[in-house]
Formats: sequence, C-alpha cells, structure tokens
Amino acid sequence: MSTNVLFDVPGPKARRRSLIVSIIATVLLALGLVWLFFTLAAPRVSANNIESPGMFDPSRWDILADGRMWNAILVRGLLEGTLKMAAVAAVLALAFGIVFSFARTANSKWIRIPAAVLLDFFRGMPVLLLMLFILLVFATGSYWAGVAGLAIYNGAIIGEALRSGIQSLPKGQRESGLAIGLTPVQTRFRIEFPQAFRQMLPIIIAQLVVLLKDTSLAYIIAYPELLNIGLRQLPTTYGNRYFFTFFFIVLVVYLGVNLLLSWLARVVAHRTSAGKKNKRKGGPTVVGVDTAAMYAVMPDASGSSGP
Amino acid sequence: MDAIIENLPTFLGGFWTTLQLLLLSGAGALVLGTLIAAMRISPVSALRGFATVYTEILRNIPLTLVLFFCAFLLPYLGVGLPYFAFAVIGLTAYTSPFIAEAIRSGINGVALGQAEAARAVGLTFGQTLRLIILPQGIRMVIPPLLNVIIALTKNTSVAGAFFVVELIATSRQIINVRGDSTIAILLAVAVFYLIITVPLGQVAARLERKVAVFR
Repeated sequence: MSTNVLFDVPGPKARRRSLIVSIIATVLLALGLVWLFFTLAAPRVSANNIESPGMFDPSRWDILADGRMWNAILVRGLLEGTLKMAAVAAVLALAFGIVFSFARTANSKWIRIPAAVLLDFFRGMPVLLLMLFILLVFATGSYWAGVAGLAIYNGAIIGEALRSGIQSLPKGQRESGLAIGLTPVQTRFRIEFPQAFRQMLPIIIAQLVVLLKDTSLAYIIAYPELLNIGLRQLPTTYGNRYFFTFFFIVLVVYLGVNLLLSWLARVVAHRTSAGKKNKRKGGPTVVGVDTAAMYAVMPDASGSSGP
Repeated sequence: MDAIIENLPTFLGGFWTTLQLLLLSGAGALVLGTLIAAMRISPVSALRGFATVYTEILRNIPLTLVLFFCAFLLPYLGVGLPYFAFAVIGLTAYTSPFIAEAIRSGINGVALGQAEAARAVGLTFGQTLRLIILPQGIRMVIPPLLNVIIALTKNTSVAGAFFVVELIATSRQIINVRGDSTIAILLAVAVFYLIITVPLGQVAARLERKVAVFR
C-alpha cells in the first residue's frame, strides 16, 4: 500500500499545515543536532580539572592521516578479522542450512523429529552462548569458536528458511517429479530444492548480512576483529584522546559494508520477486523489498515467510 | 549437576536480570518503534526522513557497537547512569527500528482497498489509521513482533559483556569457580534462554497460522 492513499492529495490549507509542521520538525531536529554538535565540541574538564579539547578539535582527528591506523582498521580489522570470519562462517552456514533442511524434511521421522528439536534448540539460544560453549568446551581458540557459533546458529536459520521454501512449493512439483520416475531423493534434489533455494535467496542473503553483523560478538570472546582492533587495541596504542574518533571510524566502516550488502540483498529480492510476479497465484506472499529488509534484522523471522 | 544446584540462586539472579532487561527494553522498543513507524508513514516529510535515517543507521550497525557506545562513550560524554540503564537504552535503541519495520510492513500488508474505502467514506488520516488500518495491521504484525522480541531475548546476552550481570555473565562467574562442570553450567544457561524463547516462538507460529487463514 502506498502511503499516499492514507491522506488526500493535500489542498492549499493542508499543504500549508504540513509545511509548518515540517518546518517545526526540521528546526527541532536541527536544534537537536546543533546541541549535540556543541556538546561534543565543547572542551571537557575531567575530575582533576585537566581540560582536554572538544570532540571536533583537530588534535583528535589528525590520526585520519595516519596510514598505519588505516592499515590496522581496514586490513587487520576488517579484512583479516571480520570478513575472514564472516566468509568462512557464511560458507559453513549455507552448508549446514542445506543439510538441516534436508534432515528437517526427510521422510523418516527418526531423522525429521531429532532434526526439528535440534534446530529449535540452536535457534532459541544466543549466538554468544554458542560461541562461549565451543570456546570453553572444545578449546578451539577464538577464531574457530566464532566461526562455528555463527555457522551453527545461522545454518539453523537458513535451514528453517529452506524448509519453509520447500514446503511452500505446490504439491504438483513433487508429484510430477515422482510421476516421471525420479526417486524421492532425486525429486528433492533436482526439483524441489532448486526452486526453494531461489525463492528463499533474499532471506538467505539477508541472513548473511546478520551473520556479518554478528561477527562483532567475537569481540566478546577476544577475537581481533574490527571492533576489537578499532576500539580496544588502537586506543591503547594511540591514546584515549582518539577514542571518539576511532568509534566514529568503526561506525562508518560497519555502516558502509552493511549498507552495501543490504543493498545487494534488496536488489536480489527485487529481481526474484519481479520474476515471480507473472506466475504468482495463491503462492507465498511476495518476498519483496520491505520483507527482505525486515528479515535482514530479525534472525528468527526467516522460518516464517508467508502463509 | 551439583554445580548447578548449589549455584541455583545465582542463576536465578542472572535470569531475573535478563528478564528485567527483556521487559524494560522490550516495552521501550515497542513505544519507540511505534513512534518511528508512525513518523515513517506520516505526511510530514521531515519526520519521514528522520525516521528513515534512524532506521537505516541502527539496523546496519552491530548491537555490540551500540552497547559499546552506551557503556563507554555515554559516561565519557558525562551521562551518569548505572550500567544496567545503559544496557536498557542500548537494547531499546537497537530493537526499535526492527519493531518499526515490523509494524510498517503490517500496515503495508493491509489491502489497499481498505484505505481507499476509509478515505471514500470521509475518514481523516488519523481516523483511517486508528479505525481501519491499525486494527487489521496489528493482527498481521503480532507474529513478526514476537519474533523481534525473541531476537531481543537473545540479544540481552550481549549486555553481559558490558558490565551487566545477566545470565551469560553469571555463568562466567560460576565457571570461574566451578571449572570442572563447564558443560553442565552452559547447558543450564541454554535451558534458561529456551524457557523464554521456545514458548514465544510457538505462540508466534500458532498466531501466524491463524492470521494466514484469516488473510
């Protein structure tokens, strides 16, 4: 529903009112930002009366010109820390997800029911707990603890997404597969799974964005990723004066990477839903832009796409 | 097993803190998220823009960074509050855009004809929203909202790394004392989380089936 149905095309009076409210809101927001700016820019006095420059003082930002700092943030933190963990965990999560979805839709209830219980178990607990468990029980070191925790948790969610994708296919797909003489396993692999995967691709990509965000949890188990390097190691090296600066840099880097990936998820979602529009009839609700974006942040919603 | 039984009061203390985090930040996020969703569909473009930027920024940074900001930078900027309050603020801020998006997608899910009909019989924007769109939208919104709350339950665990003694932090304290039964202790923590998340998930799934029939 486009929002403009909710209200009339505004007439002169409504337009003026809207303009006034708009101006007031803008002024209030601007005032808030200005206040924030000046609060940050004001020199701060610490308990023992030592005055340090405000947050926008050049002495706090000269670090931006330091190549070694960028090297630490972008190469050691982002590339060799966060992205390395995210990439391996993503591949493993996909593999787990595929296995889980097959186990969850197996014909034998001896496979199906344990798989369902296991999936609920993994989906119902914090990733951090999984990471801690692997770290403390298997003593794998923080990198593999992080990777395994992320892979199992996100694998369970991707598995549920694929399962609901398989189950939302029209019955005829499976029946005709069996009718032309494919075995049940072949039908699942060659007829049902490819369609389910395609249909759930936006959700899967969105989940991978979540996975990328969740690598920051590895900070808590002392893995040197972006957050750890940017907000723990670098302030120790360069001094607390740059704390705010580092926070800002880390924020911008995370925003950049995630917005890029979210945008990609949106493009894929748009393409798959556009391709489906012609044949859509009584199928699952379109996995459109908004839904996909929403799933991007709600790990648990992925199992529940459409009726 | 005895490690759990003898530390049960400590566990329950941590569980209570987790529940408090969940209830306070859940309520806060519901209020804030509804406000953001309302801004997002309002006729005033400045509010729409603000809500969009707020949503996009908070959804695309990790929770750890948000809590880091609350626990380390807010005190640095001169806000004096206990760490529990910082955690609630951070979780509220982080969860609110998800709530807003769930509500918005529910509102977008109401058939176009409903709004058109409401407008046609002369209801105003506020009346349309209050009497026609929201009552229908809320039904469809509840399962995704519950899913957000479930995610929030799990997210409270991150607060354990920022000086709030909830379940995870409690378990780490206990493990420091009883290193011999790490597995049992961590499994007990998992059970505490599942006590909250599994029933919520089942309610969400059941409601979803009901609403799907209705639709």
